[in-house]
Formats: sequence, C-alpha cells, structure tokens
Amino acid sequence: MKAALTSFISGIVFALGLGISGMTRPIKVIGFLDFFGNWDASLAFVMLGAITVYFIAYRLSRKMPSPILAPAFSIPERTRLDARLIAGAALFGAGWGLGGFCPGPAITALASGASPVVVFVAAMSIGTFLYTLTTEMRMSKLRSASTVVQVAPDS
Amino acid sequence: MHNFTPIASLMGGILVGLSASTMLLMNGKIAGISGIFAGILNPVKDDTLWKSCFVVGLLVGGMLLKPLVSTAYDFGVVRPYSVLAVAGLLVGYGTRLGNGCTSGHGVCGIGRLSPRSLVATATFIATGAIVVYLVNHILGGQL
Repeated sequence: MKAALTSFISGIVFALGLGISGMTRPIKVIGFLDFFGNWDASLAFVMLGAITVYFIAYRLSRKMPSPILAPAFSIPERTRLDARLIAGAALFGAGWGLGGFCPGPAITALASGASPVVVFVAAMSIGTFLYTLTTEMRMSKLRSASTVVQVAPDS
Repeated sequence: MHNFTPIASLMGGILVGLSASTMLLMNGKIAGISGIFAGILNPVKDDTLWKSCFVVGLLVGGMLLKPLVSTAYDFGVVRPYSVLAVAGLLVGYGTRLGNGCTSGHGVCGIGRLSPRSLVATATFIATGAIVVYLVNHILGGQL
C-alpha cells in the first residue's frame, strides 16, 4: 500500500517536473533536436538536472541492502550492446523527432484533453501492442523449432 | 537561440530526477515510462499495481499543470493526425524493441552510467535530429 502510494506521488512529481521544464511542449523537444536551426538547449538542462539527482540516488542505493518499501532492487543487468537496442532506439528517436512527444510527456499531456495527444498515445499503444505480438510470434516459432532457447527478460 | 529556458528546465529536471530517485530508493524500481506504460497494456503479475499508480499520478500531475504552469500545453508545433499516428507507432514499437525511452535510458540509465543506455540515448537523439533536420530544413518545417 505504501509502495503504491509512493508510485502515485512519484508520478505526480514526474509530471510536474516535465511540465515545469517545458517538456510537455513539442516545440521545446523539436527545438532541441534542431541542431542546425534555432537550437534550444533547454532539454539538455532537464537531462542535467535529472541525471545529477539520479546519479547521487543510485550511488546511495548501492549502499542499501534493499529499497525501503520493497524486498529487492529491480535493476536491469544486461550490458550487451545489441542490434535490438540500437534499432529500437533509432526507431524511437525518429518518432520522437517527428511528433515531438516521448512517452512521459505524452501521457502527462493526455490530461490536457487535446486530441493530437490522444491520437499520439493511441498510436503509441498500438505500437507497443504490435511489439508484444511480433515477439510472441517469434518466440512461438522458436519454441516449435524444438531448440532450447534462453530469452532474456525485458527490463 | 530563442525559447531558451535554462532555469525552469533545470528545476523541472531536478523534479524528474527526484521522482525517479524516490522510485528507486523506496520501491527499487526504474522509472522508465515506456516500460511502465507497456506493463499496463500487457500486465505482468505483481507489477501492475505500482505501474498503474504511477500512470494515474502522471495524469493527476498533468491536470495540476493546467492551473500551475500556464504554458504547459502550448504545444507550439502540432503535427497532422496522420504524422502523429506514425510518430506514436514508432515511439511505441521502438521503445519496446530498445527497452526504454528518454526516462528509462536517458535519465535512469545514464544516471547509472549504463553503457547500453548511453548508446541508446546517443542513438535516439541522433535519429531525432536527423528527422527534425529533414522536416525543418529539407521540407521547410511543414508536414
């Protein structure tokens, strides 16, 4: 219950941070990505603030046997740089540049009720669903090939 | 450089960092929004509650922004629905294939100095910049 409340409050603070920093506005995101135009460096300052705080918190977490409200930390352990990672990031970046929204600001901006955001989030849901669908199809194909395959879990 | 808002962006970024840090230190979870969102669409046992609570929090925060930050929803650039649909598909599919977005890789991953996240972030900023270059400087800014 406390963990659920913590998630809820963290969600609120996250959304406020995005709104205050200007990240709910595609013009700020596209302005940052427009390195050869009227470049707007604001997004770099968002990253700077967020990463600095998180860097300290992560160091702190390494000294804790467990998180305060949960039995263990769930931290991704994969280190391999693979084609999936690069291809996925490349596709995501293209969509980010095209619309000016990434998942956090898009979900936050749903609260505005603006129909362009609704269209974006609906398409994002379909994209997410398509991934699950294609992965499941690939996995069932692998299973039917009767080889022993280890599938790494998603983070 | 117009529209530059270093102080507000730094302050907002610190709030994002505090939120993600709270998720880590209290709940032991990575505040990766694409993963949280996907976890609601395709529920996994034991993870659905906290993910749902976080997303409801985002929406409540989004509602609070309306009175608090008057410009929060001045989008400035609004692409046609067809373009937003393609963008949404790419973001939804790409973030799952690459296991993260701006929050999971860009903030939490880089904060942990994860090589995967550093490479992912460099990649999505690069392809984002290429697309914006094409749209703004080849196609004249209109889609």
